[in-house]
Amino acid sequence: MELLLVILVGAFYSAGIYMMFRRSMVKLLLGLLLLGNGANILIFLIGGITKGKAPIIKPQNTEFLEVYADPVPQALILTAIVISFALTAFAIVLLKRVYTTTGSDDLDSLNIQDLDI
Amino acid sequence: MITNFILAPVLMHLFTAILLLFFWQKVFVQKVISIVGNSIAFILCLRLFEMTLTNGYLTLQLGGWQAPFGITFMADTLSAIMVLLTALVSLAVGIYSTSSLNISRIKFGYFFIFHFLVMGLLGAFLTGDIFNLYVWFEVVIISSFILLTVGGKKMQMEGAIKYVTMNMLASVIFLTAIGILYGITGTLNIADLAGKVAQVENKGLVTVTSLLFFVGFGIKSAVFPLYFWLPSAYHTPPSAIAAIFGGLLTKMGIYAMLRVFTVVFQPDHFTLTLFSVIAILTLITGALGTINKRSIRRILSYLIVCHIGYLIAGLGLNTELAFVAVIFYLIHDVIVKSNFFMISGIILKMRETVDITRLGSLLKDYPKFSFMVALVLFSLIGIPPLSGFWPKVLLFQETFKQENYVLLAALIVASFVTLFVVIRIWSEAFWKESPKPITEEIDHFASFPLSGKIALIAPVIGLTAVSLFIGLNANNVFKLAEKAAYEMKHPEIYINNVLSTKE
Repeated sequence: MELLLVILVGAFYSAGIYMMFRRSMVKLLLGLLLLGNGANILIFLIGGITKGKAPIIKPQNTEFLEVYADPVPQALILTAIVISFALTAFAIVLLKRVYTTTGSDDLDSLNIQDLDI
Repeated sequence: MITNFILAPVLMHLFTAILLLFFWQKVFVQKVISIVGNSIAFILCLRLFEMTLTNGYLTLQLGGWQAPFGITFMADTLSAIMVLLTALVSLAVGIYSTSSLNISRIKFGYFFIFHFLVMGLLGAFLTGDIFNLYVWFEVVIISSFILLTVGGKKMQMEGAIKYVTMNMLASVIFLTAIGILYGITGTLNIADLAGKVAQVENKGLVTVTSLLFFVGFGIKSAVFPLYFWLPSAYHTPPSAIAAIFGGLLTKMGIYAMLRVFTVVFQPDHFTLTLFSVIAILTLITGALGTINKRSIRRILSYLIVCHIGYLIAGLGLNTELAFVAVIFYLIHDVIVKSNFFMISGIILKMRETVDITRLGSLLKDYPKFSFMVALVLFSLIGIPPLSGFWPKVLLFQETFKQENYVLLAALIVASFVTLFVVIRIWSEAFWKESPKPITEEIDHFASFPLSGKIALIAPVIGLTAVSLFIGLNANNVFKLAEKAAYEMKHPEIYINNVLSTKE
């Protein structure tokens, strides 16, 4: 399971960075999404995967008797997902507006203003 | 000392923002609420600053969960300085924007987002939890995205794409670093991390993680090689927005670096050398970028990049005196940069352009305003006894003492280039005759009502006075920076204060 996730994280990161290097705006957005998901899976993986042991402890127990799943990484991922949801929604609207104002999906066509010093 | 008061400035901005929601279309009411909210928040920040100075550290364990399990809020001298600066700049920019922005932009919810941005900044400066820091960063960047793009034209959109992409990338890298750090230590509390990181045996992994943090914060504070989004974005929005961005947003990244690289990670030789190299390259690229630009705002954007180099240089020296210089410079830089962006907005109102070749005779038409700008320009270069002079002297002295001559050369070159571009701005925009006659249509400023003029000029006068005060009262500011630097060099005080607090 871990090995599979390691490969998945690597694939997400490399695909995300590759997509960000393309010239199309849509691919840029997809790249950012893939990177974000890669980061989430990385946190999930690195927080330790424990199968079927929910971190719920009986009231009479005062210490851990066995290994439980760590709830913190899941809380982190949940927060990160919500934030990236908002950012992505914003980015889609922004790219849509840029597309309607410039009429082009090509990121290289956006460098006109840098020539004007 | 445990106190709920730490959260007061943050909550004040939150409540102001929520209150503004009820007056979406009433521009005048929005302006009044915003000024009142900013003023109260400023008083609260002043009180927080004073409490931190008298009591030492302020802590708050949210929800009563003891550190390291809950989220900690923490104010030490460095946080208190940053909070006070944020409150000062937001008050100034808040007043300035009541007059400088057009009504349609205010109806798009400018003040509402502005208060969320300031809330995020204050939260980032006060939190003691690294994941919480990430969340505050996100609050700040999403507010800044909206401020940058709302009502924008084509040029603004182009800058915004780079800005949004680079900031989202920085967030992903920051999140990755947090994930790995959690994996190797199992905690997120900054104070608790310090002890746990020191125990990790795989030092290579720790260095790699620390550099991931450096890359994440570095993109946000626009250091070489990932600085290019800043000059292509910061000159596009209205001056009020550029003022708060230029003054505070990049400094948030620097603050995070100062915090992480003094408390959590103790930088080794390799990391420090890297900081020095990055500082040199940032100084040189930023300085070279300013030379061929004609628009005042573009020059200023590159100057921000250039002057970030000073702060990274101090971080790379990693001595107590260097930290004193960094904190002093930070105080000076936040005020001067915000002030100068506001001045560029006033010049735009006076002449319809900020292109220095088309500007002219400002000194003849507005002598009093020009003399005030001269003061700001002088403190930007660092002419004694104005505010830029003292931190530069300290930094040069410390670099010389550390025998880091290449860095010293870069610092001096950057200083000279700053002098050169400032002289160019002065002689082109203020001294020379205007290339075309100034008519009523061009000079919008003259037709402003008196209250509008006051709202534009008063914040600039205020920040200039603060600059002068820092320069003339350098002794006390130096003592303050010294106190903050001492705390940064002795992180164990910070750690003990967070971890040992009991209800």
